[in-house]
Amino acid sequence: MGTSFGRGGATTFQQDLQNSDCIVIMGSNMAECHPVGFQWVMEAKLRGATIIHVDPRFTRTSAVADLHVPLRAGSDIVFLGGIVNYILSNGREFREYVERYTNAPTIVADEFQDTEDLDGLFSGWDDERRTYDTSTWMYKDVAGIGAAAGEREHTETSTGHDLGSHGGGLGGRPPHRDMTLQDPRCVFQLLKKHYSRYTPEMVEEACGVPREMFLRVAEVLCDSSGPERTGAFCYAVGWTQHTVGVQYIRTAAIIQQLLGNIGRPGGGILALRGHTSIQGSTDIPTLYDLLPGYLPMAHPENTDLGSYIASNSSRTGYWGNMDKYAVSLLKAYWGDAATAENDFCYDYLPRINADHSAYQSVLDMMEGKVKGYLLIGENPAVGSSNARLHRLAMANLDWLVVRDFVEIESASFWYNAPEIETGELKTEEIPTEVFMMPAAAHTEKDGSFTNTQRLLQWHHTAIEPPGDARSDLWFAYHLGRIIREKLAGSTDERDRPILDLAWDYPTEGAIAEPDAHMVLREISGWDAQNRAVTGYTALKADGSTTCGCWIYSGSFADEVNQTARRKPGQDQTWVAPEWGWAWPANRRLLYNRASARPDGSPWSERKRYVWWNADQEKWTGHDVPDFVADKAPDYRAPEGAKCEDAINGDEPFVMQADGVAWLYAPAGLKDGPFPTHYEPQETPFHNPLYGQEHNPLRQTYRHRFNAYNPSDGQVGSGVFPYVFTTYRVTEHHTAGGMSRTLPVLSELQPEMFCEVSPELAFERSLEHNGWATIITSRTAIEARVIVTDRLTPLLVQGRTLHQVGLPYHWGTNGITTGDSANDLVPLALDPNVHIQESKAATCDIRPGRRPRGPALLALVEAYRRRAGLEGAPARQDAT
Amino acid sequence: MSVTMPPPQPSGVRDPAALSGWAGHPERVGFFTDTSICIGCKACEVACKEWNDVPEDGINWLGQSYDHTGELGASTWRHVAFIEQRARIPAQEAGVDAPLIEDVPLTQLEREQGFRWLMSSDVCKHCTSAACLDVCPTGALFRTEFGTVVVQEDVCNGCGYCVPACPFGVIDQRKSDGRVWKCTLCYDRLRGGFEPACAQACPTQSIQFGPLDELRLKADDRVHRLHDEGVPQARLYGHDDDDGVGGFGAFFLLLDDPEVYRLPPDPVVPTRDLKEMWTTAAKAAATLIAATALAFAGRRAR
Amino acid sequence: MSTTQERPGLVAGMDGRRRTGKGEHALVPDVEVRTYYDRPVLKQPTWKHWIPEYLFLGGLSAGSSLLAFGATLTGRRTLARRARIAAVGAIGAGTAALIADLGRPARAANMLRVAKVTSPLNVGSWLLTFYAPAAGVAAAADVFGVLPGVRTAAQVGAAVLAPGVATYTAVVFADTSLPAWHGARRELPFLFAAGAGASAGALGLLLAPAEENGPARRWAVAGALGEVAVSSLMERRLGEQGEPYRHGRAGWISKVANACALAGAAVGLRRGGRRGGALLAGALVFTGSLLERYAVMEAGKQSAAEPKYVVKAQRERLAEREREAPPA
Ligand SMILES: Nc1nc2c(c(=O)[nH]1)N[C@H]1C(S)=C(S)[C@@H](COP(=O)(O)OP(=O)(O)OC[C@H]3O[C@@H](n4cnc5c(=O)[nH]c(N)nc54)[C@H](O)[C@@H]3O)O[C@H]1N2
Ligand SMILES: Nc1nc2c(c(=O)[nH]1)N[C@H]1C(S)=C(S)[C@@H](COP(=O)(O)OP(=O)(O)OC[C@H]3O[C@@H](n4cnc5c(=O)[nH]c(N)nc54)[C@H](O)[C@@H]3O)O[C@H]1N2
Ligand code: SF4
Ligand code: SF4
Ligand code: SF4
Ligand code: SF4
Ligand code: SF4
Ligand SMILES: [Mo]
Repeated sequence: MGTSFGRGGATTFQQDLQNSDCIVIMGSNMAECHPVGFQWVMEAKLRGATIIHVDPRFTRTSAVADLHVPLRAGSDIVFLGGIVNYILSNGREFREYVERYTNAPTIVADEFQDTEDLDGLFSGWDDERRTYDTSTWMYKDVAGIGAAAGEREHTETSTGHDLGSHGGGLGGRPPHRDMTLQDPRCVFQLLKKHYSRYTPEMVEEACGVPREMFLRVAEVLCDSSGPERTGAFCYAVGWTQHTVGVQYIRTAAIIQQLLGNIGRPGGGILALRGHTSIQGSTDIPTLYDLLPGYLPMAHPENTDLGSYIASNSSRTGYWGNMDKYAVSLLKAYWGDAATAENDFCYDYLPRINADHSAYQSVLDMMEGKVKGYLLIGENPAVGSSNARLHRLAMANLDWLVVRDFVEIESASFWYNAPEIETGELKTEEIPTEVFMMPAAAHTEKDGSFTNTQRLLQWHHTAIEPPGDARSDLWFAYHLGRIIREKLAGSTDERDRPILDLAWDYPTEGAIAEPDAHMVLREISGWDAQNRAVTGYTALKADGSTTCGCWIYSGSFADEVNQTARRKPGQDQTWVAPEWGWAWPANRRLLYNRASARPDGSPWSERKRYVWWNADQEKWTGHDVPDFVADKAPDYRAPEGAKCEDAINGDEPFVMQADGVAWLYAPAGLKDGPFPTHYEPQETPFHNPLYGQEHNPLRQTYRHRFNAYNPSDGQVGSGVFPYVFTTYRVTEHHTAGGMSRTLPVLSELQPEMFCEVSPELAFERSLEHNGWATIITSRTAIEARVIVTDRLTPLLVQGRTLHQVGLPYHWGTNGITTGDSANDLVPLALDPNVHIQESKAATCDIRPGRRPRGPALLALVEAYRRRAGLEGAPARQDAT
Repeated sequence: MSVTMPPPQPSGVRDPAALSGWAGHPERVGFFTDTSICIGCKACEVACKEWNDVPEDGINWLGQSYDHTGELGASTWRHVAFIEQRARIPAQEAGVDAPLIEDVPLTQLEREQGFRWLMSSDVCKHCTSAACLDVCPTGALFRTEFGTVVVQEDVCNGCGYCVPACPFGVIDQRKSDGRVWKCTLCYDRLRGGFEPACAQACPTQSIQFGPLDELRLKADDRVHRLHDEGVPQARLYGHDDDDGVGGFGAFFLLLDDPEVYRLPPDPVVPTRDLKEMWTTAAKAAATLIAATALAFAGRRAR
Repeated sequence: MSTTQERPGLVAGMDGRRRTGKGEHALVPDVEVRTYYDRPVLKQPTWKHWIPEYLFLGGLSAGSSLLAFGATLTGRRTLARRARIAAVGAIGAGTAALIADLGRPARAANMLRVAKVTSPLNVGSWLLTFYAPAAGVAAAADVFGVLPGVRTAAQVGAAVLAPGVATYTAVVFADTSLPAWHGARRELPFLFAAGAGASAGALGLLLAPAEENGPARRWAVAGALGEVAVSSLMERRLGEQGEPYRHGRAGWISKVANACALAGAAVGLRRGGRRGGALLAGALVFTGSLLERYAVMEAGKQSAAEPKYVVKAQRERLAEREREAPPA
């Protein structure tokens, strides 16, 4: 989304769904995973909207949808690409929107070659380095941002989710455009050509969706487009957890641009985030390659602040202000020690020189390269792909700190991991010293959540944490304090970054809890006079302002914790701007300039949202305008203008260097400017579209505990004939530490289960309420069987495909225990954001419980032998 | 002394609170549970347990679709039913009903019949003529000023009479405790001016709480709308004052026959036949006296 | 309205019906009763064995009081006294059984917190409150031969209340939603009245000297035959709803009960005049009558356990109503 529109967050907010005429929920089981937000879908339905759910399974979302479309897991780009093709070949695009608000007219460089020309690859492929030279994807006669273009891609990163930051860098505004959209090298024509293969017949062939059903979806969606109508997409990790995950979302972004559904009420793409504050943990990231506010981490070649900024900012568009954000951040880190003379302590920042993502770190643990690990609010022994690998790796650490409410599996693996039962691990031989530290829950501490729609909401301490439980803020602050005390007086240069930190938060109460309000105040920022700033437009690059995260700037404006506002909904407009605070600048619906025509008037009365008020000479409406408030629609950027001044008055996508949404991404993505269907890492089918089977850039790991099942056409592919997918149920939460420990939730879903169709049950003699063993080349797990009509076989490439559904909430601890689905999931990642493919892999299934102890290993070994995967390391496929 | 048989009233929502001696009482309140918009999230079940401190009801795999708590009982006061059906809601198209696949030896025709997944949150009906309350010998069950039916846990002696009396199989004895328990319609919250916990937790307004007469109007609208939208199966259950229990305080919009949801199709409060039963008993008693007389008739002691 | 389109939900559980093979699936409308996973619609009574025993003992006591009263009037002194003692013993044990069954026995007195005609158990509690002391005083006065005025009053009082004590328990059962009980509301009081007679008569046979046992014998025989007659009448009238009385545990208990009753009656008729015969007849009828209460109890439970009894009867009732007044 960052690449397409400029910011890596949901473009809209859940309440706005009620204004929609058609809602496509795809890659999410919204009713089960976001039940509270789902009320707005129900509201839209009551108002006459059509609700479509595209999901391999018929779920609680499908149960109240108007149309449920089952498809093969991992085939969404064909389905969505089919819609793109339908729109383009039937002239259903919202023409004026496409012409004016997207890069459809822009002419692309001559060097660019499409997958059409290269059988599934784009131009610039380097077979040696297994990566693209993305400079061939640039607009005609526009320079990419040189060497840094490669790093830029990191910025669309967020773990567990696709959501990144902002568009790719451009050297400037593209000089060549064809407003008639006829030029064969314009984006519009290239798009048309790229998706010409994605026909209804192809959708049927690849996704197993009958073409009539597909056409109905396309039809309804197109009918919900134009000045009077809008449609919305909702997705979550059913899209992101694929080796081409980011491109799934890109395809939806293309559809929404073509239909004119971005920046308008009832439109948009709603990324449904996971944990209460997962959005917050990418905004102020817990990621190795990002700094707060999606500023990229420094790389070795960024030798000084100047080069860091030069290689990451954009001359035109809001991103041109990156220097202000970066300097204010450095001031927040190092306070008075950061001066213009010392580059604001830029040198103190660590540099990224290799992949230090979570999964790589785990493999490094396995190798003994990583010795210690802090697990704060995470349970990888159950929740992470190839959980078995995680347990084996953690058993190789010197020390492990687990901060959690309960003794989760990641803290207890040394005595009760399944590998103890199989004999692979022996408690007395595990060197890891585990420190289990009780964490305070959100009710026991002050702080904020940033929810799925970028909305910050404050929570207050309701009761003091019990016993030794402490907040994570307490832990981080006091850990830093103690380290600084221990280093005090050190003259070692390498200790300076720590000693110079501005680490002076006031604490309160008997447990010396740091004042969370003051942390938020720092995040929001202050000026030279130590007054809270009003927002990011007030930030400066001269070191006079301090701001911990520029996108959150203004959340403490007027010295008021804006996130703690709770004006009841009935006392304000439906947009409810006085409930909490949303980034950026309390905007709820992003790019809302697009809700008006180029001339500033609303597209229609029905879809009025933000419009130009000629009398007052400013933008007005229901929300904070996502535009310079007084920039008239007829404003034309003067030659050589920079930053936002370079954006015309009729260009709504102010974060993009060219002010428009990107149908075609000339920069910012590693695996292609146009989304392209590639098969999942494990698949029983060949890619029906191209010779290139898989995403050529996907990240795979060669490891004996991470063997991949053979895919179609490879020896042994028939051994794992079924596709399985993993997901959640309403009754449990992720890795289960917070739900399997509670009787009220455990009784609602008391055992690990698998869901199969009656047809598969028949084929494999599975009995409802009985047991089944699900086998991959990693390991095998057991589950209770639910035989249900909610799953259906699909006809894919002329063959019958059965899919197996597996919730992933279970582990060895708690009131309800069971095998972990993640023991089956291999590590294979999306190249842009390093998200694991946990939504589509292959398996076999057989009736009965799995063998115990070493017999389990024997069973898996037998399968591996049949599949030609004997020995270690597992064979890697050529791509 | 309380007698709780409301005489038939001509029309409108009946006012059992007044009949139970509440003067100047608040409006009768209740629930309209619209199962057509239930998403089966079970938030109601959980919220009820949390608020009312209801203990665990057994961690058992039942495999009734996604229902593993089975039915209402002493420790489950809200219960969400899940029903998977080979039937079609005409307004809905379920992809899993698409006829396809030649080589699968199963019944594609069955798939063609459509598919739907019904969910419904059940609760005590707070009957206008409540059998549980009628038969309770201790007066532990009483009619509140809101027209609801509540057990006083400090009075109930666990005689268990209310259990088979309830025509809906709602109230039950908690083995560990001896007393009976059921939904209180959050009496404590109502008195504090709050809506019941389950209704507040319901994200889709499937559970609507409010004055009963208003709810009935809403329900009428809703059912007509559904009919217009092509859901002919929609029907109200328990909204009729003239039914066997004088109308429910908590009534429902269903998409199939009540019994599919474990609801009796034509519930009748057993005390409706009380007069007949006492009369029969009197006749039997008279017979017994007559028999005695006969047995001793004739010769005196032999 | 029930067409193939709306066929009963084939739930996630594959019950084999799905697996009919291509093309040969059932298109016939399902006449079966629709249920929620075969779960009972009603709750089974939580009552344990104490309750049928309490029913039995109440009837026994009431019958004994009546027998004693008649015996007094007709000068059968031994029978009268022994029956009186039996009456007080039975009512004491019956009350104890009732209390034992309470979830909270300590709160037994709460039964008298209110007076409610809608609660047969409450009415019964009040009845017992008067009846038990009356029976007690009557017996005590008889045994100790004191206070003749009080004795007579107590005897009369006990005898007057006794028919109520014998039959209200039938209303306790009938005033529930269980099809086997509520459906049998027209017969249960007679069944229990007959039971009271039979059991008291049987006890009389066991306790009374042969020369005084004529009425007891007549009672035992008539009561036993009455029980059998009423119960078979009841089952017949109930039709399908009477099934719970014929099937399962209830079925076989009831068969044994009937056999005992019939055998007892036969023995009583032919040999009741002799001590041996009287003892045998008494024991058989007594047992039969006790078993009959267990059978009724079980039948109630069984009718709750099977949703079809509830659903079918109500469906038929609805259909009936619709035939009478078709919906607009
Ligand atoms: N109750 C509850 N709510 C939660 C959570 C929880 O654990 N419990 N977790 C939270 C978190 S962390 C997150 S990230 C969100 C996740 O929210 P969701 O993404 O909605 O949750 P999932 O169940 O993982 O997956 C959604 C659906 O994707 C479908 N799916 C699988 N593969 C494919 C595919 O290839 N294509 C398509 N179109 N669909 C596919 C699955 O069948 C599943 O129904 O939920 C959040 N909310
Ligand atoms: N197969 C498969 N695997 C998946 C997914 C999938 O769909 N399929 N989804 C993925 C996704 S989207 C996610 S988000 C992950 C989730 O995976 P994890 O994050 O590993 O799992 P959780 O159980 O959410 O772990 C969070 C822990 O934090 C603790 N906790 C809660 N609040 C606090 C706090 O304030 N402080 C501290 N210190 N601890 C706290 C909880 O008790 C809990 O144990 O799983 C991923 N794994
Ligand atoms: S758990 Fe929290 S975030 Fe999730 S749906 Fe419920 S209220 Fe929303
Ligand atoms: S449903 Fe049952 S428990 Fe509830 S009020 Fe009616 S009779 Fe009583
Ligand atoms: S169990 Fe309690 S509430 Fe039920 S009838 Fe007996 S005393 Fe009343
Ligand atoms: S009204 Fe209260 S007691 Fe009744 S089900 Fe709802 S939450 Fe539970
Ligand atoms: S809370 Fe509402 S939507 Fe959720 S299960 Fe209960 S009634 Fe249904
Ligand atoms: Mo997540």
